[in-house]
Amino acid sequence: MLINQFLLLGAALFCIGVYGVIARKNAVMVLMSIELILNAVNLNLLAFALRNGSPDGHVFALYVIAIAAAEVGVGLGLVLLIFRNKRTIALDELSEMKG
Amino acid sequence: MLAAEHVGWFLEHAFLIPIVPAIAFALILFFGKRMPMKGSEIGIASMVVSLVLAIGTTYQWIHRTETSVEPVIRKVVWWQAGGVQFSFGQHIDGLAVVMLLLVAFISTLVQIYSLEYLRGDRRYTHFFAALTLFSAGMLMMVLAENMVQLILGWEIMGLCSFMLIGHWWEEEANSRAALKAFWTVRVGDIGLMVGTGVIFFGANAYAQAHGSNGFSIAGINEWAMKDTGASHTLLLWGCVALFIACIGKSGQFPLHTWLPDAMAGPTPVSSLLHSSTMVVAGVFLVARLYPLFHTGLDINVAGQHFNLIAVIGGITIVIAAALAFVQTDIKKVLAYSTVSQLGYMMMGLGVGAWTPAVFHIFTHAFFKCCLFLCAGSVAHSGSHHSFEMKQDMGGLWRRMPITAACWILSTAALCGVPFFSGFFSKDEIIDNAHNNGYTVFWIIGLVGAFMTTAYMTRATYLTFFGTARGAAAGEHHDEAHDMAHDPAHDPARVPAMAMAHADPADHDGADAHDAHNSHAGPHESPALITVPLMILAFFAVVAGYLNAAPFHIEKFTEWFASEKREPFPELAHATFKWINTLPSIVLVAAGFAVSLFICRGLYSATAFALKGLTKRSAAMRAGYLFLVNKYYLDDLYENVIARGVAYPISAAAYWVNQNVIDRTVNEVGVGARKTGLWVYRNIDQRVVDGAVNGSGAAAQGAGSALRPIQSGKVNQYGALLFGAAAIGALVLVIVNT
Amino acid sequence: MLAEALVAQNIAFGIIAAVMIVGAFRVVTSDNVVHAALWLVCVLAGAAAQYLLVYAEFVAITQILVYVGAVMVLFLFGVMLTRARIGSESNLNNKNWALGIPVALALFAAMAIALVGGFKDEYLPGPSKAIRIDTQSISDAIFKPYLLPFWALSFVLLVAVIGAIVLARKD
Repeated sequence: MLINQFLLLGAALFCIGVYGVIARKNAVMVLMSIELILNAVNLNLLAFALRNGSPDGHVFALYVIAIAAAEVGVGLGLVLLIFRNKRTIALDELSEMKG
Repeated sequence: MLAAEHVGWFLEHAFLIPIVPAIAFALILFFGKRMPMKGSEIGIASMVVSLVLAIGTTYQWIHRTETSVEPVIRKVVWWQAGGVQFSFGQHIDGLAVVMLLLVAFISTLVQIYSLEYLRGDRRYTHFFAALTLFSAGMLMMVLAENMVQLILGWEIMGLCSFMLIGHWWEEEANSRAALKAFWTVRVGDIGLMVGTGVIFFGANAYAQAHGSNGFSIAGINEWAMKDTGASHTLLLWGCVALFIACIGKSGQFPLHTWLPDAMAGPTPVSSLLHSSTMVVAGVFLVARLYPLFHTGLDINVAGQHFNLIAVIGGITIVIAAALAFVQTDIKKVLAYSTVSQLGYMMMGLGVGAWTPAVFHIFTHAFFKCCLFLCAGSVAHSGSHHSFEMKQDMGGLWRRMPITAACWILSTAALCGVPFFSGFFSKDEIIDNAHNNGYTVFWIIGLVGAFMTTAYMTRATYLTFFGTARGAAAGEHHDEAHDMAHDPAHDPARVPAMAMAHADPADHDGADAHDAHNSHAGPHESPALITVPLMILAFFAVVAGYLNAAPFHIEKFTEWFASEKREPFPELAHATFKWINTLPSIVLVAAGFAVSLFICRGLYSATAFALKGLTKRSAAMRAGYLFLVNKYYLDDLYENVIARGVAYPISAAAYWVNQNVIDRTVNEVGVGARKTGLWVYRNIDQRVVDGAVNGSGAAAQGAGSALRPIQSGKVNQYGALLFGAAAIGALVLVIVNT
Repeated sequence: MLAEALVAQNIAFGIIAAVMIVGAFRVVTSDNVVHAALWLVCVLAGAAAQYLLVYAEFVAITQILVYVGAVMVLFLFGVMLTRARIGSESNLNNKNWALGIPVALALFAAMAIALVGGFKDEYLPGPSKAIRIDTQSISDAIFKPYLLPFWALSFVLLVAVIGAIVLARKD
């Protein structure tokens, strides 16, 4: 197997995730797109771990999974709070930061 | 498991002893409330099974000692990390066997006793669950194969003691006592962690070469005894750290302050805590790793007359015994007595008397457990749930003959009256201290024996003899209790007065209990209480004959002592001579006589020269206050150390704030103002203004040009971020190709 | 580099990669939040399968347990609690969603050029040459050189748990 198979698949997932972050309006959907990005990174980490024959990539992939779980937990908590206060989670209606 | 030799089923399966009550704990928690006896039957059944297993183990061990004294070590790998295998198993030798038997036996009796004592309690099921887990923790610790398993059992006990001491947490004093016990012990536990770590790094290389690792108890002991070129400093500090843990757990000076407060728990808990579990854990740890302490702290080295263990033990004996004189709460007298006796055990280990010290653990468990249960029996049936000797007791021996007889037998054992069990164990410690050249500790031991007899005589007199007072005379009192305080006897500030009501009378309890409460006046306790008392009193008398030096019976040494086995330090043994025991016998007799004389004078109606001495003599009064306030150690910890660290820091911070930062700021401010004025006149008005106005206009223009970008929309920011990243990446790619 | 012929693996990779790409597209284009979440499950499970292909069994299992098990449940709860309609919503995209297309394409172009130029046709070690990373060596790596990040991570998880509770509670 070519290493580029995995790296290009990771790149593709990453870019689709980036598109999702930019294009989606629903905050939950943005969080899902971020998960796509994180998985693309994990794919790269593991492919390189196989290439280098070291467990470091595995360790960091596990750490990324743990961080992602924490991120989703806090992120959804934030989304819930926003929903409770604003009755919406459409990101284009949340523009208090407008300069 | 390696079954190289056949050693008998019970010895092979000794690890079941703690597992049975651990499973019972879960069963009680989940099904206890639905059982006909609210889960207590599960607890008692599990303890009986443990006891049977322990008896079988003991039998087979005694059988085994005829041929071999090698410990039976079995283990399975629990988990591993970094090349170190953490195993889980059993290390059964004489010490473990005797402790297993002791803990299982005492726990069984205490649980039976609790059936009646806590009948109708609001957290009956939880009480039995915690009590069972507590025994499981101690049993686990006792047969631990390695330090990690030992710490596990140690911490289970710490947790359960917290739950049990705070059993009646509705009263603030009780939950404070539970917290205090927990945190004080935790201070010591830091030492356990550090010590285990230090010893691990010292012993691991040697032990792994010999088939175990640096956590294995057998490996550590072997490493400490063999001359492996280990640094003595490392051994010393490892020992000191571990010993700090023992100080905390075993209530040695200066961390003994939690132990008397722990009386806030129900009496069966105090009894279990103070006889065979929890507080003995520290002594057990020293005995368990004795080769390590022996080498690390230079015990028995010629010319060394002091070492850490003996000094701490010696101090504890004397200060705790002195405190026991001023207590009015019967359980607190016993608590300080326990502290003092633990001091004997520590001192025994410190002066190289390993077997007598372990034997003292063994005998002490019976009579101290019996004394606590007697105190509970008195409170339960005699003094309306009060533990105040001066107000609610006295003259009870007529009403409660069985309790009184058990109490007196156990007291005689505790004091070391000849031919009672305490005589055979405690005097062996004292005798060996003399024999091994520790003259100072020999004298301390003798003084301690005198004091023990004196304060126990006082407690016995106040409780069972003299005139009946308060509840013992049939008065019912609940709220008037604190008002009835006799200022003549108690002029000082007694911090934990709420302890007088340590056993709230479970008023929301079941009918049986209320019916019992309505009895007028004291009476003998029911059989569920007196039978355990009688069994314990029997053992308090005869347990000593396992190792009765005067009669050349040395079964205990033969069966349970590790001394014959390598690796173990060679210890000298005092040969028994009646002449050597003469001083302690005389002192015990003197203590009894003096104390009885003073008690009869002080606590009866007749006029007596010493009465009110603490009011008349300033020096006596100061001494009394010093004792009543427990040497002000609690004040030291709470007010001096805790605040002493916090206050100077805040004071220093304030001073720096006022004098350094503020002054700097002020002076910089004044200087800046002067400079500013000059600059304003000369530069600002003429040169800068023009430039500023120009740049302001430029910023305004740029701002309004860039404003649409700050849309406040997250997606747009994301697009900008990734777009910029993409452009940057493309530039890099193009530049590099 | 002489490559081992790994027909089965390559076919498997191709199929799973196709499923993942399609799934990822559906995640970011679906009009229905619940459908998007289910497509995300598809992608995450595909990723776990790809991890198996690079001999990362432990990570693959963790991926299934944590992502497909826990995280997806969280997402579905998030969707439910924010009362997004279960049916299709036409306006799930921003007004200027089209901005994402050039950005994503530019990023992909940059990465593709770099990867193809950088690794050309380098092969991954095949089953006979690959150094297998078993769970024991992962645990040794976590508890020896990477212990500090592990501690930091456990702290982060603790903070996240407390933070999520504080954020989501009603009062």
